Amino acid sequence: MQTLPQPTENGYYGKFGGAFIPELLRANVEELRRNYLAILNDQSFCREFDELLRDYVGRPTPLYEARRLSALLGFRVFLKREDLCHTGAHKINNAVGQILLAKRLGKTRIIAETGAGQHGVATATVCALAGLECVVYMGATDIERQAPNVGRMKLLGAKVVPVHSGSATLKDATNEAIRDWIAHAADTHYIIGSVVGPHPYPDLVARLQSVISREIRTQLKAQTGQALPDAVVACVGGGSNAAGAFYHFLDEPTVKLFAVEAAGEGIHTSRSAATTVLGSPGVIHGSYTLLMQDEYGQITEPHSISAGLDYPGIGPLHAALSANGRATFLAATDEEALQAASLLMHTEGIIPALETAHALAALHRLPLPAQATVVLNLSGRGDKDLSTYLTHLAQ
Amino acid sequence: MNTIDKLFTKKSQQVLAVYITAGYPALHSLPDVIDALQDAGVDLIEVGMPFSDPMADGEVIQQSSGVALKNGMNMRLMFEQLQEIKSSVRVPLVLMGYLNPVLSFGMENFLRSAASAGVSGIILPDLPPEVYEAEYRPFFEQYGLHKIFLVTPSTSDERIVYLASLSGGFLYAVAEAGVTGAQTAHSEKRTAYLKRVRKLAGNLPVLAGFGIHNYHTFSAVCEVTHGAITGSAFIRALAHESELRGSVNDFIQRLKYQTDDSTVAK
Repeated sequence: MQTLPQPTENGYYGKFGGAFIPELLRANVEELRRNYLAILNDQSFCREFDELLRDYVGRPTPLYEARRLSALLGFRVFLKREDLCHTGAHKINNAVGQILLAKRLGKTRIIAETGAGQHGVATATVCALAGLECVVYMGATDIERQAPNVGRMKLLGAKVVPVHSGSATLKDATNEAIRDWIAHAADTHYIIGSVVGPHPYPDLVARLQSVISREIRTQLKAQTGQALPDAVVACVGGGSNAAGAFYHFLDEPTVKLFAVEAAGEGIHTSRSAATTVLGSPGVIHGSYTLLMQDEYGQITEPHSISAGLDYPGIGPLHAALSANGRATFLAATDEEALQAASLLMHTEGIIPALETAHALAALHRLPLPAQATVVLNLSGRGDKDLSTYLTHLAQ
Repeated sequence: MNTIDKLFTKKSQQVLAVYITAGYPALHSLPDVIDALQDAGVDLIEVGMPFSDPMADGEVIQQSSGVALKNGMNMRLMFEQLQEIKSSVRVPLVLMGYLNPVLSFGMENFLRSAASAGVSGIILPDLPPEVYEAEYRPFFEQYGLHKIFLVTPSTSDERIVYLASLSGGFLYAVAEAGVTGAQTAHSEKRTAYLKRVRKLAGNLPVLAGFGIHNYHTFSAVCEVTHGAITGSAFIRALAHESELRGSVNDFIQRLKYQTDDSTVAK
């Protein structure tokens, strides 16, 4: 068996992963699979990627010790400030990497799917930077609830295509992006925003996001003298920020990993997005992984107050981490996430994204000794969620 | 002998295959549509198993899948419907669908049910041939079911040979780049590609699909292949339940024979 986080040559993490794609998509995915490792390891790519992460994205992002929050919880909490990245979330790390990859593959047109809009904004941003055409597919439901991000994408020159099929959310936007890619194989690169989809996407996105855990290791050592934290916590929808935050700790057995899913209105209601609890193995968007489905294998509609966690599947790496117990999966409800966000606003003066708020909501439940050192990946900022916060939290 | 093989021993030109989504337009339409199709002279029927996330399908088939699911169609019911009409079905049936509902039903259970319902072949576009070979091939053989693979204009020669070697019954040549229901490609390029597929497929018959929507497109690809499959155009032409039989027959006659309006492509 392979050592996580690297998948096998065919893209398997344990029994999860692979590339379950129609022949129509094979040429596109094969081109990427054959080239991605060579490009990612190429010196000129690394130099350009590192420079952009530093000068454009604003990396390294701070590792901030949240002292007031720590005092309330009884252990030391460090926040990895991905919310301070350009465009407001970790999504930009992957987008910058993939746009450089797309240019090296000679592609002139970029497509993407987006849920909360963060990945769409990140993609629109790097397309403007690279001077490439950008088309973003977004569920009509999400367009309504994430209006500020739709506006940002349009200002950046992207074409936002509303998707009305299915539930008109993230999974449907992904289907539509795949259909576009089938029809435009030659000139188009599809920038998937999470560690989902057919191999090599889960590995590609995890590698591009792994900068998060690489920085955490260096910063924690410099700030505390500790080589390793006792735990790392991140929210999981498809799982890209968690993959990035866990990546360089997967081989460190003393570091506990906690992935927090969206329980929606509650795991035992019909409105939830807690895939590892409610899901079962199957194929979604080209990957054999855990997904939420009915008794006939039809993919069901998840629910979360957070559009970014509203996905019925989970990346195959996370399915494997859940199956082999390397990561502990928890879930937080809409209400718990709102309260946790409010707590962070009041104790630390930070407005987190609703997605991140789920990770924050699980903090007080972590089975950790007092004085433990915990790193929480603050994956995004809450600007896009202001109207939700104002509706639920303002007096 | 598998009924698809029997078909091609009797007929090697202008074979007309039609795709219909089970459960569309109404929950119990399938038996009537199959009956109307075979009465209209269709040679092979591809029964689509509706899926919530049909990523290789265009708008028309997506919509028909959505309607079918809303109507309450599921795998068990589809097999029951096929079982009921088994003795009156005179043309080969092929099931087409996505992998997840099949895995959920259980691959072996699915193949057993299909064989027992009189099905002769299976198309699962998102089941890669490598996985089929490694895990499922013996089950298909055990139940006497042909696995039919798709090739596309971007499939390499070497891979067309490989896919043809794994396929039984016929090879499905996707005539257009794009999802089902997309526009018609330039005909010279398409002809050259279909000729290439036929040559590489050897003795395996080739049916072309995607973009076949009228007499013109049907007869054009039939000059190079053994026949063609039409899907989206048929679904679009299907009328409301009460006029189902008439609309089926009209569409098939317009596809098979040149009529005044057959050049007016939809």
